[in-house]
Amino acid sequence: MYGGGNIFEATVFDDLQAEDPVKLAEFEARIARGEKIEPDDWMPNLYRVQLIRMIEQHAHSEIIGALPEGSWITRAPGFRRKLALMAKVQDEVGHAQLLYSAAETLGKSREQMLTDLINGKSKYSNVFNYPTYTWADACTISWLIDAGAIVNQVANSKGSYGPYCRALERICTEEAFHLKYGHDSMVYLATGTEVQRKMAQEAINRWWGPIMSFFGPPDNVSVHTETLMRWKVKIASNDECRQQFLDMYVPKIWELGLTIPDDKLRKDEATGKWVYTEPDWEEFTRVINGDGPCNAERLAVRRRAEERGAWVRQALLNPKARYVRPLA
Amino acid sequence: MNAPALKDLLFKLADDQLVLGHRNSEWTGLGPILEEDIAFSSMAQDKIGHSLAFYTLLHEELGEQDPDTLAFTRPATEFHNSQLVELPNGEYDFSLIRHFLYDNAEIIRFESLSQSSYTPVAKVATKLKGEIKYHVLHANTWLTNLGSSTEEAILRLQSSLNELLPYALGMFEQSKYEAELIADGIYSGEEAIKTEWLKRIKNVLAKTDLQLPDPDTTAPVLGGRYGTHTPHLQALIDEMSEVFKCDPGAEW
Repeated sequence: MYGGGNIFEATVFDDLQAEDPVKLAEFEARIARGEKIEPDDWMPNLYRVQLIRMIEQHAHSEIIGALPEGSWITRAPGFRRKLALMAKVQDEVGHAQLLYSAAETLGKSREQMLTDLINGKSKYSNVFNYPTYTWADACTISWLIDAGAIVNQVANSKGSYGPYCRALERICTEEAFHLKYGHDSMVYLATGTEVQRKMAQEAINRWWGPIMSFFGPPDNVSVHTETLMRWKVKIASNDECRQQFLDMYVPKIWELGLTIPDDKLRKDEATGKWVYTEPDWEEFTRVINGDGPCNAERLAVRRRAEERGAWVRQALLNPKARYVRPLA
Repeated sequence: MNAPALKDLLFKLADDQLVLGHRNSEWTGLGPILEEDIAFSSMAQDKIGHSLAFYTLLHEELGEQDPDTLAFTRPATEFHNSQLVELPNGEYDFSLIRHFLYDNAEIIRFESLSQSSYTPVAKVATKLKGEIKYHVLHANTWLTNLGSSTEEAILRLQSSLNELLPYALGMFEQSKYEAELIADGIYSGEEAIKTEWLKRIKNVLAKTDLQLPDPDTTAPVLGGRYGTHTPHLQALIDEMSEVFKCDPGAEW
């Protein structure tokens, strides 16, 4: 998991006129040739700012996303699920570690990023502001949210920033196992007893909205978006990712005998595109700005973990050590 | 083969690993630094895996029910774990001290069991002790680093050490089959494990500013090996089996 639906639009568009035009042209030529940009290479400030924002959001999504699923580790039914879920959520925390390091190469420390997270300054994936009422909710996250994240991350791994691409390649390999685990756990529910089938269907009904909005609102066609795409910061549009997800997973959901709570959902054979009820973008905006069912709880848990662990970090500090920015 | 004695020994091992593994997993997402979060999660997976290996022996070799039934459906009074492992995680100092006290004993137990005259246990113990070696390394490294760092860290760790030593001594509560198990060469017995354990933990503590309370005058908290537990254990089992029990007969 768990990256997806990054919010780029909020950043004020830096004046690229302030950048050295020769260096900027050279930078853009490198990206056009398919080269990767490395931490010590020249880059425009906007590129740096947007990448930090994107990688940081992704890292935050990993550790916040570990909370709703993590709360089911202690309740997972049977050894097989318990061991698998523990390993899966551990992977997600490991992804956060990789991603914070990738973002650090651009000059922002992990400590600063975590501070911005608990102060509400930086965002994380909106889906984790929704509750997991049952075991089936946890299985739905493991299967379908991870599936959505893979669509997004495979696209982003073709981006231009070397450390982020390398982190994503490793992450996607692990995600492939999560997807298998999530699918397997849903197969058992959907083909199980009446209680289990009901649990599975209710979870799909609850999560369909958040899954559809996971990819973010349709991209604005703006100079900003065009620049980010030219720089390979943003690879695929939100709608492209959503279509790809629907193509891959709607048939799999139907195959399990589960229904999807959208009467309009169908593939238009003429265009090859899925037609669906537009997600509630007002709700999306409201939730991402803090007013969702679990925003306060998620941040409170994270804040408390930071506060409780402060003495450990303090005790580990070596006064002679100097902070060194990682390079990959 | 003395089946009741072997079962008693295996339940003790399996239940300790299961309950502590469960507690360790509760750190997922909440560790003081990401790396510790990941480390506790790793140890949790190992320990739950170890418990599964022992429940499997109980099932396949000694005719007990399958591992899921054993782990998820017994009441607390049928658990043989020491009370040390069932206590809630508390703050990181509490979890670290417990981890230090527990794993330094567990490695000795597994070293002893790897020499067991009962081959199925010897095989499993030989395979798993390599993993516990890393748990011990982790505990000792962190204790050494934090145990001589800031005043707050030292105070916290000392207070947890004082609180947990009586429970840790309870790990060595002897079973009613103790003499037979030793005589049959199944393992070296609790007293021998305790003596070696004290030597090892004192060596590590000597590198820190922490003081071990006198173990000879500390009363151990007993009862766990015979099914007497704090209320925390039943609460843990209820949470663990919440989904498993919600639809009996379902496959998950």
